Amino acid sequence: MPLTLTEKILSRASDRRVSPGDVVEVKVDLVGFHDLTGYHVIEVMEKSGMMEVWDNERLVVAFDHLAPPPDQRSAEIQGFIRSFVKKMRIPNFHDINKGIMHQLFIESYALPGQVIIGADSHTTTSGAVGAFSQGMGASDVAAAVITGKTWLTVPEPFKITLKGEPSKWITGKDVVLKILGEFKAEYFNGKSIEVEVESPFHFPMDYRATVSNMGIEMNADALMFIPDKETVRFIKENRGIEPPIITPDKEAKYYGEYDIELNKLEPLVAAPHSVDNVKTAREVSGTEVDQVFIGSCTNGRISDFEIAVKILKGKKVKTRTIAIPASYSVFKKAMELGYIEILVNAGCIVTYGTCGPCLGGHFGIAGPNEVIVSTSSRNFKGRMGSPESKVYLSGPAVAAATALTGKITDPRDLNVN
Amino acid sequence: MLIKGKALVYGDKIDTDVIIPAKYLKSTDPEFLGQHAMEPIDPNFYNKARQGVILVAGKAFGMGSSREQAAIALKAAGVKAIVAESFARIFFRNAINNGLPVITASGISKEVKEGDIVEVNVETGEIAINGEKRITGKGITGMALDILKSGGLLIYLKGNRTKR
Repeated sequence: MPLTLTEKILSRASDRRVSPGDVVEVKVDLVGFHDLTGYHVIEVMEKSGMMEVWDNERLVVAFDHLAPPPDQRSAEIQGFIRSFVKKMRIPNFHDINKGIMHQLFIESYALPGQVIIGADSHTTTSGAVGAFSQGMGASDVAAAVITGKTWLTVPEPFKITLKGEPSKWITGKDVVLKILGEFKAEYFNGKSIEVEVESPFHFPMDYRATVSNMGIEMNADALMFIPDKETVRFIKENRGIEPPIITPDKEAKYYGEYDIELNKLEPLVAAPHSVDNVKTAREVSGTEVDQVFIGSCTNGRISDFEIAVKILKGKKVKTRTIAIPASYSVFKKAMELGYIEILVNAGCIVTYGTCGPCLGGHFGIAGPNEVIVSTSSRNFKGRMGSPESKVYLSGPAVAAATALTGKITDPRDLNVN
Repeated sequence: MLIKGKALVYGDKIDTDVIIPAKYLKSTDPEFLGQHAMEPIDPNFYNKARQGVILVAGKAFGMGSSREQAAIALKAAGVKAIVAESFARIFFRNAINNGLPVITASGISKEVKEGDIVEVNVETGEIAINGEKRITGKGITGMALDILKSGGLLIYLKGNRTKR
């Protein structure tokens, strides 16, 4: 019988032929945690008396949520994790100067066909390279760190096909908001999504990472891009290795299928307070905005800043604007390409490698009644700070256009080439 | 396992940022977390839940982040079980892994009003509302039940290791 990518990956990882609905024990290839969840994972391990790591080279630890520490408790938490890393001899440890964990997975670790578990819901991001990658809580992650295994219910695979070429200003965020607007946040609960890109190079890795990242906002178990030429290009260029390729069988059967014509998409936003409250940017254009955030594991990659600087070059922002490249290497590349200089000259506040205001942690927490346009993944009530603030989610083009005018703006309504 | 209590009723898509805001995640102390459970939408939640309640909710309960503190906070506040139309995957696991029963029951949010007495059979998924109306949800069975009964995933894991 022909198999989907989900079935192929989980069959390999469980040493048996699996079907949707099966509850299976799987071997994990990689486990990750960050500062804000990692200390909890270690606490659970300590409490259980099983302070052991099944394979210290397969655990990745990165500081991002509390980086650099905004208060004394955060510094304590990081100190606690550093001691664990030293004691257990974890080589793949990334301190506060390296980047957001999910971005580091894409840059350095995740490979097609792997099973990846992370103590963070946005672990779905590694689906961009074709890994079955999902977030879990501290106890589940602790169990995976100790045993190298986890259990899961095999999800029902659903296929989405991206056709054609995106129009100007359209990126991964518009695709993911289109899906959320059409299906709403509940539909994919218990399902995995496999995305096929008909013209691989027209939907590059950065865009894919945005879509996979927000797979969790659709409540999908995993959101994987079927590995293709773009996957190979990206991994070769970044790591100098030829990745293993795993794809679904041609006749594989899916729970459902949905096509998106990329050239028909418009710039979209998710209005407060729900990720599936999707509107076109033009429907809400003119809304006064207090702060713009361009960054996060959702949209803090080089293509995001490339788009932002196209709009901001030689101009000044009219609202507080915070720009945070997702990792050191994204920041460095943005610096080499002159993007950082353009952002700074435009009046943006720039740092790198922290989740920052996305989860209301620090570096731009929203005050009462403030309106925020953010390229991050969630606009739940109180997510970025005050429960009385309002967050609109968008891609980098709408965010930069909004920074420029101080009001929500469709980039097509600006005179930018 | 039969659990009985007064119902507190909430809607669809109750997310983890609402269940326990990120600013409290630098602690894992149940009592502290319980005091802040559901704070953004119901600042009085802790007082309402203290006597021991059953939470009834709509679709995708617990969607969003992986924070295990969401399950810990609700349990510590006084929630004895949650019955919802559906649960987000990570929250569901976190609840089981912390000994908090979670029952999926289609149609439940239309049947239960705030203050109704709800009785849940954790294994069979049978739910009685005010001792009359009955709904059958999805009970907890197999390994999930073993984890729930042992009081936590790591205790279960350790128990299994010692047996071997």
